[in-house]
Amino acid sequence: MSIKDCSDVKCRVENLEKVISPDVSWKDITIGGMIANAGNAELFNTGDWRSMKPIWIKDKCKQCLLCYPVCPDTSILIDNEGKRTDFDYKHCKGCGICAKVCPFKAIDFIEEV
Amino acid sequence: MAIRERLSGNEATAFAMKQINPDVVAAFPITPSTEVPQYFSTYVANGEVDTEFVAVESEHSAMSACIGAQAAGARAMTATSANGLALMWELLYIASGSRLPIVMACINRALSGPINIHNDHSDSMGARDSGWIQLYSENCQEAYDNMLMAHRIGEHHDVLLPVMVCQDGFITSHAIENIELLEDEKVKAFVGEYKPQYFLLNKENPISVGPLDHFTHYFEHKRQQAEAMKNAKKVILEVSEEFYRLTGRKYGLFEEYKTDDAEVCIVVLNSTAGTTKFVVDKMRQEGKKVGLIKPRVYRPFPVDEIAEALAKFKAVAVMDKADSFNAAGGPLFTDITSAMFSKEVFGPKVINYIYGLGGRDVRTDDIELIYNKLLNIAISGKVDSVYNYIGVRE
Ligand code: SF4
Ligand code: SF4
Repeated sequence: MSIKDCSDVKCRVENLEKVISPDVSWKDITIGGMIANAGNAELFNTGDWRSMKPIWIKDKCKQCLLCYPVCPDTSILIDNEGKRTDFDYKHCKGCGICAKVCPFKAIDFIEEV
Repeated sequence: MAIRERLSGNEATAFAMKQINPDVVAAFPITPSTEVPQYFSTYVANGEVDTEFVAVESEHSAMSACIGAQAAGARAMTATSANGLALMWELLYIASGSRLPIVMACINRALSGPINIHNDHSDSMGARDSGWIQLYSENCQEAYDNMLMAHRIGEHHDVLLPVMVCQDGFITSHAIENIELLEDEKVKAFVGEYKPQYFLLNKENPISVGPLDHFTHYFEHKRQQAEAMKNAKKVILEVSEEFYRLTGRKYGLFEEYKTDDAEVCIVVLNSTAGTTKFVVDKMRQEGKKVGLIKPRVYRPFPVDEIAEALAKFKAVAVMDKADSFNAAGGPLFTDITSAMFSKEVFGPKVINYIYGLGGRDVRTDDIELIYNKLLNIAISGKVDSVYNYIGVRE
Protein backbone atom coordinates (compact mmCIF):
# COMPACT_ATOMS: atom_id res chain seq x y z
CA MET A 1 0.00 0.00 0.00
CA SER A 2 1.29 3.43 -0.77
CA ILE A 3 -0.54 5.17 2.03
CA LYS A 4 1.37 4.05 5.05
CA ASP A 5 -0.06 4.24 8.53
CA CYS A 6 1.54 7.58 8.83
CA SER A 7 0.62 10.60 10.88
CA ASP A 8 3.02 12.87 9.00
CA VAL A 9 0.75 15.17 7.00
CA LYS A 10 3.31 15.82 4.27
CA CYS A 11 3.80 12.14 3.63
CA ARG A 12 0.07 11.58 3.48
CA VAL A 13 -0.48 14.42 1.05
CA GLU A 14 2.32 13.14 -1.19
CA ASN A 15 0.84 9.68 -1.09
CA LEU A 16 -2.58 11.06 -1.72
CA GLU A 17 -1.45 12.81 -4.88
CA LYS A 18 0.14 9.60 -5.95
CA VAL A 19 -3.01 7.58 -5.46
CA ILE A 20 -5.36 10.12 -6.99
CA SER A 21 -3.09 10.59 -9.99
CA PRO A 22 -4.43 9.24 -13.27
CA ASP A 23 -1.49 6.88 -13.81
CA VAL A 24 -1.37 5.07 -10.48
CA SER A 25 -1.04 1.28 -10.75
CA TRP A 26 -3.14 -1.27 -8.89
CA LYS A 27 -0.16 -2.02 -6.70
CA ASP A 28 0.05 1.54 -5.39
CA ILE A 29 -3.58 2.56 -5.22
CA THR A 30 -5.23 2.80 -1.79
CA ILE A 31 -7.08 -0.26 -0.66
CA GLY A 32 -10.82 -0.25 -1.46
CA GLY A 33 -10.63 3.31 -2.79
CA MET A 34 -10.04 4.66 0.70
CA ILE A 35 -9.13 8.34 0.76
CA ALA A 36 -6.62 9.23 3.43
CA ASN A 37 -7.00 12.98 3.67
CA ALA A 38 -9.59 15.70 3.65
CA GLY A 39 -9.88 18.55 1.14
CA ASN A 40 -8.92 16.46 -1.85
CA ALA A 41 -11.93 17.08 -4.07
CA GLU A 42 -9.67 19.48 -5.98
CA LEU A 43 -7.63 16.51 -7.15
CA PHE A 44 -10.72 14.98 -8.71
CA ASN A 45 -10.94 16.35 -12.20
CA THR A 46 -14.67 16.76 -12.85
CA GLY A 47 -13.98 18.92 -15.93
CA ASP A 48 -13.51 15.61 -17.75
CA TRP A 49 -17.26 15.19 -17.98
CA ARG A 50 -17.97 18.46 -19.83
CA SER A 51 -19.58 18.50 -23.25
CA MET A 52 -20.33 22.25 -23.35
CA LYS A 53 -17.84 24.92 -22.35
CA PRO A 54 -18.26 28.52 -21.09
CA ILE A 55 -15.95 31.13 -22.62
CA TRP A 56 -15.24 34.36 -20.72
CA ILE A 57 -15.20 37.46 -22.92
CA LYS A 58 -12.97 39.74 -20.88
CA ASP A 59 -13.84 42.98 -22.75
CA LYS A 60 -17.57 42.63 -22.18
CA CYS A 61 -17.22 41.69 -18.49
CA LYS A 62 -18.27 44.43 -16.03
CA GLN A 63 -17.02 42.52 -12.97
CA CYS A 64 -20.50 42.49 -11.43
CA LEU A 65 -19.72 38.96 -10.10
CA LEU A 66 -23.28 37.73 -10.58
CA CYS A 67 -21.86 34.59 -12.16
CA TYR A 68 -19.74 33.75 -9.15
CA PRO A 69 -22.37 32.62 -6.60
CA VAL A 70 -24.36 30.52 -9.08
CA CYS A 71 -21.58 28.20 -10.17
CA PRO A 72 -22.19 24.80 -8.52
CA ASP A 73 -18.52 23.88 -8.90
CA THR A 74 -16.73 27.00 -7.67
CA SER A 75 -15.19 27.17 -11.11
CA ILE A 76 -15.31 30.93 -11.49
CA LEU A 77 -11.93 32.07 -10.27
CA ILE A 78 -11.42 35.31 -8.36
CA ASP A 79 -7.97 36.89 -7.99
CA ASN A 80 -6.45 38.63 -4.96
CA GLU A 81 -8.02 41.95 -5.91
CA GLY A 82 -11.45 40.34 -5.90
CA LYS A 83 -11.63 40.43 -9.71
CA ARG A 84 -13.13 37.65 -11.73
CA THR A 85 -10.54 35.87 -13.87
CA ASP A 86 -10.85 32.94 -16.26
CA PHE A 87 -12.68 29.65 -15.56
CA ASP A 88 -11.24 26.70 -13.71
CA TYR A 89 -11.68 24.27 -16.58
CA LYS A 90 -10.38 21.36 -14.54
CA HIS A 91 -13.59 21.41 -12.56
CA CYS A 92 -16.18 23.32 -14.64
CA LYS A 93 -18.80 20.74 -15.61
CA GLY A 94 -20.28 22.89 -18.35
CA CYS A 95 -23.77 23.34 -16.90
CA GLY A 96 -24.14 26.79 -18.48
CA ILE A 97 -25.74 28.54 -15.51
CA CYS A 98 -23.06 31.26 -15.49
CA ALA A 99 -23.69 32.04 -19.16
CA LYS A 100 -27.42 32.24 -18.56
CA VAL A 101 -27.07 34.55 -15.57
CA CYS A 102 -24.55 37.03 -17.00
CA PRO A 103 -26.47 40.31 -17.71
CA PHE A 104 -23.77 41.54 -20.12
CA LYS A 105 -23.45 38.51 -22.40
CA ALA A 106 -19.84 38.23 -21.30
CA ILE A 107 -20.00 34.45 -21.24
CA ASP A 108 -20.26 32.46 -24.42
CA PHE A 109 -21.38 28.84 -24.21
CA ILE A 110 -19.99 26.58 -26.90
CA GLU A 111 -19.49 22.94 -27.68
CA GLU A 112 -16.44 21.32 -26.13
CA VAL A 113 -14.18 19.84 -28.76
CA MET B 1 -9.00 -30.00 27.64
CA ALA B 2 -11.56 -29.44 24.91
CA ILE B 3 -15.22 -29.22 25.92
CA ARG B 4 -17.49 -32.02 24.72
CA GLU B 5 -20.99 -30.83 23.85
CA ARG B 6 -24.05 -31.65 21.82
CA LEU B 7 -25.05 -28.75 19.64
CA SER B 8 -26.88 -28.03 16.42
CA GLY B 9 -25.04 -26.23 13.62
CA ASN B 10 -26.82 -22.99 14.43
CA GLU B 11 -26.00 -23.31 18.13
CA ALA B 12 -22.39 -24.11 17.32
CA THR B 13 -22.23 -21.06 15.06
CA ALA B 14 -23.75 -18.79 17.70
CA PHE B 15 -21.43 -20.29 20.31
CA ALA B 16 -18.42 -19.52 18.13
CA MET B 17 -19.70 -15.96 17.78
CA LYS B 18 -20.03 -15.71 21.56
CA GLN B 19 -16.45 -16.85 22.02
CA ILE B 20 -15.26 -14.42 19.34
CA ASN B 21 -17.21 -11.65 21.08
CA PRO B 22 -17.42 -9.32 18.06
CA ASP B 23 -18.04 -5.58 18.44
CA VAL B 24 -21.19 -5.55 16.33
CA VAL B 25 -23.71 -8.13 15.18
CA ALA B 26 -26.45 -6.86 12.88
CA ALA B 27 -29.02 -9.36 11.70
CA PHE B 28 -32.54 -9.93 10.48
CA PRO B 29 -34.13 -13.34 11.05
CA ILE B 30 -34.69 -15.69 8.15
CA THR B 31 -35.20 -19.45 8.22
CA PRO B 32 -33.06 -21.53 8.70
CA SER B 33 -30.46 -19.05 10.03
CA THR B 34 -32.89 -17.37 12.46
CA GLU B 35 -31.53 -19.26 15.45
CA VAL B 36 -28.04 -17.84 15.05
CA PRO B 37 -28.92 -14.23 15.96
CA GLN B 38 -31.62 -15.59 18.29
CA TYR B 39 -29.12 -17.56 20.39
CA PHE B 40 -26.67 -14.72 20.10
CA SER B 41 -29.13 -12.11 21.32
CA THR B 42 -29.56 -14.21 24.47
CA TYR B 43 -25.84 -13.93 25.08
CA VAL B 44 -26.14 -10.18 24.60
CA ALA B 45 -29.13 -9.95 26.96
CA ASN B 46 -27.30 -12.01 29.59
CA GLY B 47 -24.21 -9.82 29.36
CA GLU B 48 -22.05 -12.72 28.18
CA VAL B 49 -20.65 -10.65 25.30
CA ASP B 50 -19.84 -6.95 24.86
CA THR B 51 -21.39 -6.90 21.43
CA GLU B 52 -23.65 -4.16 20.14
CA PHE B 53 -26.57 -6.12 18.70
CA VAL B 54 -28.32 -4.20 15.94
CA ALA B 55 -31.81 -5.47 15.22
CA VAL B 56 -32.53 -4.15 11.75
CA GLU B 57 -35.60 -4.21 9.51
CA SER B 58 -34.12 -6.21 6.64
CA GLU B 59 -31.04 -8.09 5.50
CA HIS B 60 -30.16 -5.14 3.29
CA SER B 61 -29.87 -3.08 6.45
CA ALA B 62 -28.09 -5.88 8.31
CA MET B 63 -25.29 -5.88 5.78
CA SER B 64 -25.30 -2.07 5.63
CA ALA B 65 -24.91 -1.90 9.40
CA CYS B 66 -22.08 -4.45 9.25
CA ILE B 67 -20.35 -2.41 6.56
CA GLY B 68 -20.71 0.81 8.57
CA ALA B 69 -19.46 -0.87 11.72
CA GLN B 70 -16.54 -2.59 10.06
CA ALA B 71 -15.52 0.61 8.25
CA ALA B 72 -15.68 2.45 11.57
CA GLY B 73 -13.12 0.00 12.93
CA ALA B 74 -15.29 -2.67 14.55
CA ARG B 75 -15.41 -6.42 14.05
CA ALA B 76 -18.86 -7.09 12.58
CA MET B 77 -20.75 -10.33 12.01
CA THR B 78 -24.11 -11.45 10.67
CA ALA B 79 -26.00 -14.55 9.65
CA THR B 80 -28.49 -15.13 6.88
CA SER B 81 -30.00 -17.53 4.37
CA ALA B 82 -31.57 -17.63 0.92
CA ASN B 83 -33.58 -14.52 0.03
CA GLY B 84 -31.95 -12.70 2.94
CA LEU B 85 -28.59 -13.20 1.26
CA ALA B 86 -30.11 -12.17 -2.05
CA LEU B 87 -31.42 -8.98 -0.45
CA MET B 88 -27.84 -8.26 0.68
CA TRP B 89 -26.65 -8.64 -2.89
CA GLU B 90 -25.50 -5.10 -3.71
CA LEU B 91 -23.98 -4.70 -0.25
CA LEU B 92 -21.97 -7.89 -0.62
CA TYR B 93 -20.04 -6.16 -3.38
CA ILE B 94 -19.65 -3.01 -1.33
CA ALA B 95 -18.27 -5.00 1.61
CA SER B 96 -15.71 -6.82 -0.53
CA GLY B 97 -14.95 -3.83 -2.76
CA SER B 98 -14.35 -1.66 0.30
CA ARG B 99 -12.20 -4.50 1.63
CA LEU B 100 -14.06 -4.92 4.91
CA PRO B 101 -13.46 -8.33 6.52
CA ILE B 102 -16.99 -8.93 7.82
CA VAL B 103 -17.81 -12.53 8.76
CA MET B 104 -21.18 -14.06 7.87
CA ALA B 105 -22.76 -17.39 8.69
CA CYS B 106 -24.61 -18.47 5.56
CA ILE B 107 -27.06 -21.21 6.45
CA ASN B 108 -27.70 -22.47 2.94
CA ARG B 109 -31.27 -22.49 1.70
CA ALA B 110 -32.98 -22.55 -1.68
CA LEU B 111 -33.84 -19.27 -3.32
CA SER B 112 -37.49 -18.79 -4.10
CA GLY B 113 -39.56 -18.95 -6.25
CA PRO B 114 -41.53 -21.00 -5.89
CA ILE B 115 -41.22 -20.41 -2.18
CA ASN B 116 -39.05 -23.00 -0.48
CA ILE B 117 -37.39 -22.82 2.91
CA HIS B 118 -35.26 -25.96 2.62
CA ASN B 119 -31.66 -26.57 1.83
CA ASP B 120 -29.75 -26.20 -1.37
CA HIS B 121 -26.88 -23.96 -2.40
CA SER B 122 -28.56 -21.52 -4.75
CA ASP B 123 -28.08 -18.68 -2.25
CA SER B 124 -24.32 -18.83 -1.68
CA MET B 125 -23.68 -19.91 -5.27
CA GLY B 126 -25.47 -16.76 -6.40
CA ALA B 127 -22.94 -14.80 -4.38
CA ARG B 128 -19.93 -16.71 -5.62
CA ASP B 129 -18.64 -13.81 -7.73
CA SER B 130 -19.29 -11.13 -5.12
CA GLY B 131 -15.72 -11.14 -3.84
CA TRP B 132 -16.42 -12.97 -0.59
CA ILE B 133 -14.29 -15.84 0.60
CA GLN B 134 -16.53 -18.90 0.88
CA LEU B 135 -15.89 -21.80 3.23
CA TYR B 136 -18.21 -24.83 3.27
CA SER B 137 -18.84 -27.09 6.26
CA GLU B 138 -19.83 -30.75 6.27
CA ASN B 139 -21.15 -30.85 9.84
CA CYS B 140 -21.61 -28.81 13.04
CA GLN B 141 -17.99 -29.28 14.03
CA GLU B 142 -16.75 -27.86 10.74
CA ALA B 143 -19.23 -24.98 10.90
CA TYR B 144 -17.85 -24.11 14.35
CA ASP B 145 -14.21 -24.54 13.31
CA ASN B 146 -14.60 -22.54 10.09
CA MET B 147 -16.25 -19.74 12.06
CA LEU B 148 -13.26 -19.54 14.42
CA MET B 149 -10.85 -19.35 11.48
CA ALA B 150 -12.87 -16.88 9.41
CA HIS B 151 -11.72 -13.64 11.07
CA ARG B 152 -8.09 -14.67 10.97
CA ILE B 153 -8.37 -15.29 7.24
CA GLY B 154 -10.39 -12.23 6.28
CA GLU B 155 -8.50 -9.77 8.48
CA HIS B 156 -5.05 -10.83 7.30
CA HIS B 157 -3.20 -7.86 5.80
CA ASP B 158 -2.67 -9.57 2.48
CA VAL B 159 -6.37 -10.43 2.25
CA LEU B 160 -8.83 -7.95 3.85
CA LEU B 161 -11.92 -9.58 2.40
CA PRO B 162 -15.25 -10.62 3.91
CA VAL B 163 -15.78 -14.30 4.68
CA MET B 164 -18.90 -16.44 4.36
CA VAL B 165 -19.07 -19.68 6.35
CA CYS B 166 -21.66 -21.94 4.73
CA GLN B 167 -23.45 -24.98 6.10
CA ASP B 168 -26.58 -26.85 5.05
CA GLY B 169 -29.82 -25.39 6.35
CA PHE B 170 -31.80 -27.80 8.59
CA ILE B 171 -29.49 -30.70 7.72
CA THR B 172 -26.66 -29.42 9.89
CA SER B 173 -28.13 -26.14 11.17
CA HIS B 174 -30.88 -27.90 13.15
CA ALA B 175 -29.42 -31.37 13.68
CA ILE B 176 -27.74 -31.90 17.03
CA GLU B 177 -24.36 -33.57 16.88
CA ASN B 178 -21.52 -34.29 19.24
CA ILE B 179 -19.03 -31.49 19.02
CA GLU B 180 -15.73 -30.48 20.55
CA LEU B 181 -15.56 -26.86 21.62
CA LEU B 182 -12.45 -24.89 22.45
CA GLU B 183 -12.11 -23.11 25.76
CA ASP B 184 -12.98 -19.41 25.67
CA GLU B 185 -9.39 -18.30 26.41
CA LYS B 186 -8.03 -20.43 23.59
CA VAL B 187 -10.51 -18.94 21.13
CA LYS B 188 -9.69 -15.48 22.36
CA ALA B 189 -5.97 -16.08 21.89
CA PHE B 190 -6.46 -17.71 18.49
CA VAL B 191 -8.83 -15.16 17.00
CA GLY B 192 -6.94 -12.24 18.54
CA GLU B 193 -7.89 -8.61 18.77
CA TYR B 194 -9.01 -6.78 15.67
CA LYS B 195 -6.53 -4.03 14.86
CA PRO B 196 -7.45 -2.45 11.54
CA GLN B 197 -4.82 -0.26 9.94
CA TYR B 198 -7.34 2.26 8.62
CA PHE B 199 -10.74 2.96 10.08
CA LEU B 200 -13.19 5.84 10.22
CA LEU B 201 -13.10 6.42 13.97
CA ASN B 202 -9.32 6.84 14.04
CA LYS B 203 -8.95 10.60 14.46
CA GLU B 204 -5.16 10.33 14.19
CA ASN B 205 -5.42 9.28 10.58
CA PRO B 206 -8.72 10.39 9.06
CA ILE B 207 -9.98 8.57 5.98
CA SER B 208 -12.99 8.46 3.67
CA VAL B 209 -14.49 5.15 2.64
CA GLY B 210 -16.53 4.37 -0.44
CA PRO B 211 -15.59 7.21 -2.80
CA LEU B 212 -16.64 7.78 -6.41
CA ASP B 213 -14.16 5.73 -8.41
CA HIS B 214 -15.06 5.88 -12.13
CA PHE B 215 -13.08 4.44 -15.00
CA THR B 216 -9.98 6.28 -13.87
CA HIS B 217 -9.37 4.06 -10.80
CA TYR B 218 -12.10 1.40 -10.44
CA PHE B 219 -10.29 -1.16 -12.57
CA GLU B 220 -7.13 -0.80 -10.48
CA HIS B 221 -9.14 -1.37 -7.31
CA LYS B 222 -10.76 -4.48 -8.76
CA ARG B 223 -7.37 -5.80 -9.91
CA GLN B 224 -6.07 -5.26 -6.38
CA GLN B 225 -9.13 -7.02 -4.95
CA ALA B 226 -8.53 -10.00 -7.24
CA GLU B 227 -4.97 -10.21 -5.93
CA ALA B 228 -6.29 -10.31 -2.36
CA MET B 229 -8.41 -13.32 -3.30
CA LYS B 230 -5.33 -15.03 -4.70
CA ASN B 231 -3.43 -14.27 -1.49
CA ALA B 232 -6.27 -15.74 0.56
CA LYS B 233 -5.35 -19.28 -0.46
CA LYS B 234 -1.99 -19.15 1.29
CA VAL B 235 -3.47 -17.42 4.33
CA ILE B 236 -6.24 -20.02 4.65
CA LEU B 237 -3.61 -22.77 4.68
CA GLU B 238 -1.50 -20.95 7.29
CA VAL B 239 -4.46 -20.29 9.56
CA SER B 240 -5.68 -23.88 9.15
CA GLU B 241 -2.24 -25.18 10.06
CA GLU B 242 -2.23 -23.08 13.22
CA PHE B 243 -5.72 -24.34 14.01
CA TYR B 244 -4.53 -27.90 13.52
CA ARG B 245 -1.74 -27.39 16.03
CA LEU B 246 -4.30 -26.03 18.48
CA THR B 247 -7.04 -28.62 18.02
CA GLY B 248 -5.67 -31.59 16.09
CA ARG B 249 -8.36 -30.99 13.47
CA LYS B 250 -6.86 -30.71 10.02
CA TYR B 251 -8.33 -28.51 7.30
CA GLY B 252 -7.03 -27.80 3.82
CA LEU B 253 -8.51 -26.31 0.69
CA PHE B 254 -10.43 -29.56 0.21
CA GLU B 255 -10.61 -32.95 1.84
CA GLU B 256 -9.61 -36.11 0.00
CA TYR B 257 -11.41 -39.19 1.29
CA LYS B 258 -10.04 -42.59 0.29
CA THR B 259 -8.73 -41.24 -2.98
CA ASP B 260 -5.24 -42.79 -2.88
CA ASP B 261 -6.00 -45.80 -5.09
CA ALA B 262 -9.45 -44.69 -6.22
CA GLU B 263 -10.39 -44.96 -9.88
CA VAL B 264 -13.49 -42.81 -9.72
CA CYS B 265 -14.36 -39.83 -7.57
CA ILE B 266 -17.31 -37.67 -6.53
CA VAL B 267 -16.81 -33.98 -5.80
CA VAL B 268 -19.47 -32.57 -3.48
CA LEU B 269 -19.87 -29.78 -0.93
CA ASN B 270 -21.21 -29.59 2.63
CA SER B 271 -23.29 -32.29 4.33
CA THR B 272 -23.71 -34.53 1.26
CA ALA B 273 -19.99 -35.24 1.58
CA GLY B 274 -20.84 -37.01 4.85
CA THR B 275 -23.46 -39.15 3.15
CA THR B 276 -20.97 -39.87 0.37
CA LYS B 277 -18.32 -41.01 2.87
CA PHE B 278 -20.79 -43.60 4.12
CA VAL B 279 -21.29 -44.86 0.56
CA VAL B 280 -17.54 -44.87 -0.10
CA ASP B 281 -16.99 -47.04 2.99
CA LYS B 282 -19.72 -49.43 1.92
CA MET B 283 -18.52 -49.75 -1.67
CA ARG B 284 -14.91 -50.09 -0.54
CA GLN B 285 -15.97 -53.20 1.41
CA GLU B 286 -17.26 -54.56 -1.88
CA GLY B 287 -13.83 -53.92 -3.36
CA LYS B 288 -14.87 -50.93 -5.48
CA LYS B 289 -12.23 -48.24 -5.83
CA VAL B 290 -14.24 -45.13 -5.13
CA GLY B 291 -13.19 -41.86 -3.48
CA LEU B 292 -14.46 -38.43 -2.55
CA ILE B 293 -13.20 -34.86 -2.80
CA LYS B 294 -14.96 -32.36 -0.59
CA PRO B 295 -14.07 -28.75 -1.34
CA ARG B 296 -13.90 -26.65 1.79
CA VAL B 297 -12.72 -23.47 0.11
CA TYR B 298 -14.86 -22.54 -2.88
CA ARG B 299 -13.71 -18.92 -3.13
CA PRO B 300 -10.82 -18.59 -3.74
CA PHE B 301 -11.21 -21.60 -5.99
CA PRO B 302 -8.24 -23.97 -5.59
CA VAL B 303 -7.69 -24.29 -9.34
CA ASP B 304 -4.21 -25.84 -9.37
CA GLU B 305 -4.65 -28.10 -6.37
CA ILE B 306 -8.03 -29.52 -7.35
CA ALA B 307 -7.05 -30.10 -10.97
CA GLU B 308 -3.95 -31.93 -9.79
CA ALA B 309 -5.91 -34.01 -7.28
CA LEU B 310 -8.43 -35.05 -9.94
CA ALA B 311 -5.84 -35.95 -12.57
CA LYS B 312 -5.43 -39.53 -11.40
CA PHE B 313 -9.06 -40.64 -11.74
CA LYS B 314 -10.68 -42.29 -14.71
CA ALA B 315 -14.06 -40.70 -14.11
CA VAL B 316 -15.32 -37.89 -11.89
CA ALA B 317 -18.84 -36.77 -11.01
CA VAL B 318 -19.35 -33.25 -9.69
CA MET B 319 -22.52 -32.90 -7.65
CA ASP B 320 -24.15 -29.47 -7.55
CA LYS B 321 -26.89 -28.53 -5.10
CA ALA B 322 -27.70 -25.54 -7.30
CA ASP B 323 -28.39 -25.23 -10.98
CA SER B 324 -26.75 -22.53 -13.05
CA PHE B 325 -29.58 -22.53 -15.60
CA ASN B 326 -26.91 -22.02 -18.22
CA ALA B 327 -27.81 -25.17 -20.17
CA ALA B 328 -24.28 -26.38 -19.49
CA GLY B 329 -23.85 -27.51 -15.86
CA GLY B 330 -23.90 -26.42 -12.24
CA PRO B 331 -21.50 -23.85 -10.73
CA LEU B 332 -19.11 -26.32 -9.07
CA PHE B 333 -19.02 -28.40 -12.24
CA THR B 334 -18.10 -25.49 -14.48
CA ASP B 335 -15.38 -24.39 -12.05
CA ILE B 336 -13.96 -27.91 -11.79
CA THR B 337 -13.93 -28.51 -15.52
CA SER B 338 -12.40 -25.14 -16.31
CA ALA B 339 -9.74 -25.78 -13.64
CA MET B 340 -8.92 -29.13 -15.23
CA PHE B 341 -8.85 -27.71 -18.73
CA SER B 342 -6.65 -24.76 -17.82
CA LYS B 343 -4.22 -27.07 -16.02
CA GLU B 344 -4.23 -29.46 -18.98
CA VAL B 345 -5.78 -32.30 -17.01
CA PHE B 346 -7.64 -34.08 -19.80
CA GLY B 347 -7.55 -37.67 -18.53
CA PRO B 348 -10.70 -38.10 -16.42
CA LYS B 349 -14.18 -38.09 -17.91
CA VAL B 350 -16.19 -35.52 -15.94
CA ILE B 351 -19.95 -35.51 -15.54
CA ASN B 352 -22.30 -33.33 -13.56
CA TYR B 353 -25.29 -34.15 -11.38
CA ILE B 354 -27.67 -31.51 -10.11
CA TYR B 355 -29.20 -32.91 -6.93
CA GLY B 356 -31.21 -32.09 -3.83
CA LEU B 357 -32.80 -28.84 -5.00
CA GLY B 358 -35.18 -27.27 -2.50
CA GLY B 359 -34.29 -29.80 0.18
CA ARG B 360 -34.98 -32.94 -1.86
CA ASP B 361 -33.42 -35.82 0.06
CA VAL B 362 -30.22 -37.22 -1.33
CA ARG B 363 -30.10 -40.91 -0.50
CA THR B 364 -27.16 -43.26 -0.27
CA ASP B 365 -28.76 -45.19 -3.16
CA ASP B 366 -28.52 -42.10 -5.37
CA ILE B 367 -24.84 -41.73 -4.62
CA GLU B 368 -24.19 -45.42 -5.14
CA LEU B 369 -25.90 -45.12 -8.50
CA ILE B 370 -23.56 -42.28 -9.45
CA TYR B 371 -20.50 -44.27 -8.39
CA ASN B 372 -21.68 -47.25 -10.43
CA LYS B 373 -22.22 -44.97 -13.41
CA LEU B 374 -18.66 -43.67 -12.96
CA LEU B 375 -17.26 -47.20 -12.69
CA ASN B 376 -18.96 -48.03 -16.00
CA ILE B 377 -17.53 -44.91 -17.61
CA ALA B 378 -14.10 -45.90 -16.27
CA ILE B 379 -14.37 -49.23 -18.09
CA SER B 380 -16.02 -48.08 -21.31
CA GLY B 381 -14.40 -44.65 -21.55
CA LYS B 382 -17.73 -43.40 -22.89
CA VAL B 383 -19.96 -40.65 -21.52
CA ASP B 384 -23.53 -40.57 -22.78
CA SER B 385 -24.63 -37.45 -20.91
CA VAL B 386 -22.59 -34.77 -19.14
CA TYR B 387 -25.22 -32.55 -17.53
CA ASN B 388 -27.61 -34.68 -15.45
CA TYR B 389 -30.18 -34.56 -12.66
CA ILE B 390 -30.59 -37.07 -9.89
CA GLY B 391 -33.52 -37.46 -7.51
CA VAL B 392 -36.02 -35.62 -9.68
CA ARG B 393 -39.16 -37.42 -10.88
CA GLU B 394 -38.82 -38.02 -14.61
S1 SF4 C 1 -21.79 37.84 -14.66
FE1 SF4 C 1 -20.83 38.33 -16.64
S2 SF4 C 1 -20.24 40.44 -16.38
FE2 SF4 C 1 -20.68 39.71 -14.37
S3 SF4 C 1 -18.69 39.02 -13.62
FE3 SF4 C 1 -19.65 37.26 -14.51
S4 SF4 C 1 -18.89 37.26 -16.60
FE4 SF4 C 1 -18.47 39.27 -15.81
S1 SF4 D 1 -20.65 26.30 -16.89
FE1 SF4 D 1 -21.51 25.75 -14.89
S2 SF4 D 1 -19.81 24.71 -13.87
FE2 SF4 D 1 -18.91 25.81 -15.56
S3 SF4 D 1 -18.30 27.75 -14.69
FE3 SF4 D 1 -20.35 28.08 -15.56
S4 SF4 D 1 -21.71 27.69 -13.82
FE4 SF4 D 1 -19.71 26.86 -13.25
